[in-house]
Amino acid sequence: MSVDIDSDADAPVKPVVTRRRVLVFALVLVLLAGIAIGYTVYAVRREDDRLYGGDGTAPGGPPLSLVGAPRLLFRSTESGPGYGRLATVAAADPGGPRTVGERSCDRVYAAGGTAVCLATEGGLTRTPVALVLDANLRQVRRVELAGTPNRARVSASGRMASWTVFVYGDSYASMTFSTRTSILDTHTGELTANLEDFTTTRDGKELKSPDRNFWGVTFTADDNTFYATLSTNTTGRTYLVRGDLSARTMTVLRENVECPSLSPDGTRLVFKKKVSQSTRNPWRLHVLDLATMRETPLAETHSVDDQAIWIDDRTVGYALPTGSGAAGDVWSVPADGGGAPARLVVGGFSPAPLR
Amino acid sequence: MYVSSTRADAPLARPGSGRGVVVTGNVIALGMVSLVTDISSEMVTAVMPVYLVTGLGLTMLQFGFLDGLYSGVTVFLRLIGGHLADRFAARKPVAVVGYGMSAAAKLGLPLVGASVPGIGAVLAADRAGKGLRTAPRDALISLSSTPEAQGRAFGVHRALDTVGAFTGPLVAFTILAAVGTAYDAVFVVSFCVGLVAVAMLVLFVRDHRDPPEHRPGWRDGARLLRDRPYRRLCVVAAVLGLVTVSDAFVYLLLQHRLEIRPHWFPLLPLGTAGVYLVLALPLGRLADRVGRRRVFLAGHGALLAAYLFLGGPLGGVPLLLTVLALHGVFYAATDGVLSAAVGARLPAAGRAGGMAVVQTGQAVGRFASSMVFGALWTAWGPETAIRVLAVALAVALFGSTLALAGRRVRATRPTEVPDVR
Repeated sequence: MSVDIDSDADAPVKPVVTRRRVLVFALVLVLLAGIAIGYTVYAVRREDDRLYGGDGTAPGGPPLSLVGAPRLLFRSTESGPGYGRLATVAAADPGGPRTVGERSCDRVYAAGGTAVCLATEGGLTRTPVALVLDANLRQVRRVELAGTPNRARVSASGRMASWTVFVYGDSYASMTFSTRTSILDTHTGELTANLEDFTTTRDGKELKSPDRNFWGVTFTADDNTFYATLSTNTTGRTYLVRGDLSARTMTVLRENVECPSLSPDGTRLVFKKKVSQSTRNPWRLHVLDLATMRETPLAETHSVDDQAIWIDDRTVGYALPTGSGAAGDVWSVPADGGGAPARLVVGGFSPAPLR
Repeated sequence: MYVSSTRADAPLARPGSGRGVVVTGNVIALGMVSLVTDISSEMVTAVMPVYLVTGLGLTMLQFGFLDGLYSGVTVFLRLIGGHLADRFAARKPVAVVGYGMSAAAKLGLPLVGASVPGIGAVLAADRAGKGLRTAPRDALISLSSTPEAQGRAFGVHRALDTVGAFTGPLVAFTILAAVGTAYDAVFVVSFCVGLVAVAMLVLFVRDHRDPPEHRPGWRDGARLLRDRPYRRLCVVAAVLGLVTVSDAFVYLLLQHRLEIRPHWFPLLPLGTAGVYLVLALPLGRLADRVGRRRVFLAGHGALLAAYLFLGGPLGGVPLLLTVLALHGVFYAATDGVLSAAVGARLPAAGRAGGMAVVQTGQAVGRFASSMVFGALWTAWGPETAIRVLAVALAVALFGSTLALAGRRVRATRPTEVPDVR
């Protein structure tokens, strides 16, 4: 060592950059770079194989369309060349062969000839976007998103579209997650970027907490009234709200309701209710009768973290990470609390009924 | 720039030697360690949202509860880190443990999978590492430079640190574009980058040597508080912390006032960081010349101005630029400068612990402030809340100026040192 020891406690410390240390550092650098690059190459190959290496249905066949015979639209998660792309199966035979299209979406919903596709555009920056698609899945509108896609919904008429993204804030002192929910009127083109700007009341009093989060919008037939989830970070409780788009207001109706989804006849909501503080199994699907406000637990005992759909007025559908595909399967369960869950599609996610 | 070259054992210029080069290689090495560590953690920050949504879905909203706990752990460990570093004259080893813990935590993420308690534990370990290392690191920076160059040393360190905050997301996006959904690759790369920082710390940073009989205990820490200027600094830092709103609220207020498009929102902190990066060293130098306390107080004056703009009539791009600039000035004039002011006051053997006490007081103040400001926002709306806080800050600033401007304090400023320019 060429550095002489400094005995004066208040004098500055001297540097220790010696040739030997630089050499050791170079070796450490090379070793760590080797590990980093080697592992990255391995992990990329492994993921490629897991997602695209299987013998799932390849894209091709007749182009996908939102109109025609009743079908189920979803994101195909079969391992193979069609992974991540939109696909359909016949409503009468959901376990039968699927048609896989060209378009990739992280989350999708469609109704009334309009689809909303939440996707991540490639390239260096990986921009999350919401794409509004016409009946032939051609893009008619593109909205850049502030976070990770989470929920998507279209009103039955196909006019109103809504989506929720996760926004993640990080500062030195705190880490916060929040959601941001937008509503788009596809007729007028008007975009309500953030439901947090609406006036929200609970028991007649306005809520002003700055950490309100909204997610999981479902529209009624008038294309103006909607239901959604409200939560505040500070309490962690969730509430069902009913909103009025033109008045820009929302009213809290009920506690412990997440991701509501309105039945085609407009009388019931299927939602996920928190039934356990455990983070492994926190939710159970319930149906809320809007006339009587009575809740009925459904027969699915797995915890469902999804905004369920109505396959028809008696059956709801949802995705579960049951592990058959690279990301899960689509299931259905009767809406009256009876019966048993049934697996509709092996290797599918984000289902939407095409009636 | 008066940053020195890092030629091996050059003692670099001493005060009075004619050249103003008093920032040692040790400070630059510590700055590089922070820079590389920042890159490592920013990479993880960039993938966390997608990773957590994919793995956990809405369950992750439950993390909100753990937030307060993390802050508590960090505050507590900061004091412990500072004390251990002093007690065993082991600033570098404690810092190595802290940086090492944070690096290891990156590797923990793929190991715990989608378990919420597991991820919580890993994030807590990451925070704990940060809490442990901060005070010993700042003590090392302080001990690595002459008393009259404290401001410059911290300016250099904070500037390098901020470079990491800029580079990290870029590196992360590049890696993300390459790996797609193989998030574990990002964590492993982040771990490796974190270890590079630890290696830099181990190989290129030298601990300060204390006379061997010096082994300060908790009592010595308490004795430090008998030093009136130091005690006043502690109180002032805590009180001003109590009227400082968290960054998140500043950006939320800007968004509220300007209706900033969501995809621009993540860029707001970069505005503050950019100004901080540019001004950290110049303001550190200024603090060495005209007095650190003075610059520290002036920095809070900039914050007060930012509050007034946020609650005032100006809008649009001018508001955005003015507030971000003032916020950046606030950081550049207070963050490193406070450590510099404290460093110059403390004996070498008690420096880490003394740093920890000041920083803890400030952190506790700011934590309380976030709670209070959140409540004010809820009760009266954002504009009124920020105006109330502006009044509180003005009062606190006035009191702090009186408290720090006493004759006794003035005499301790190193005014006798000739201007190094």
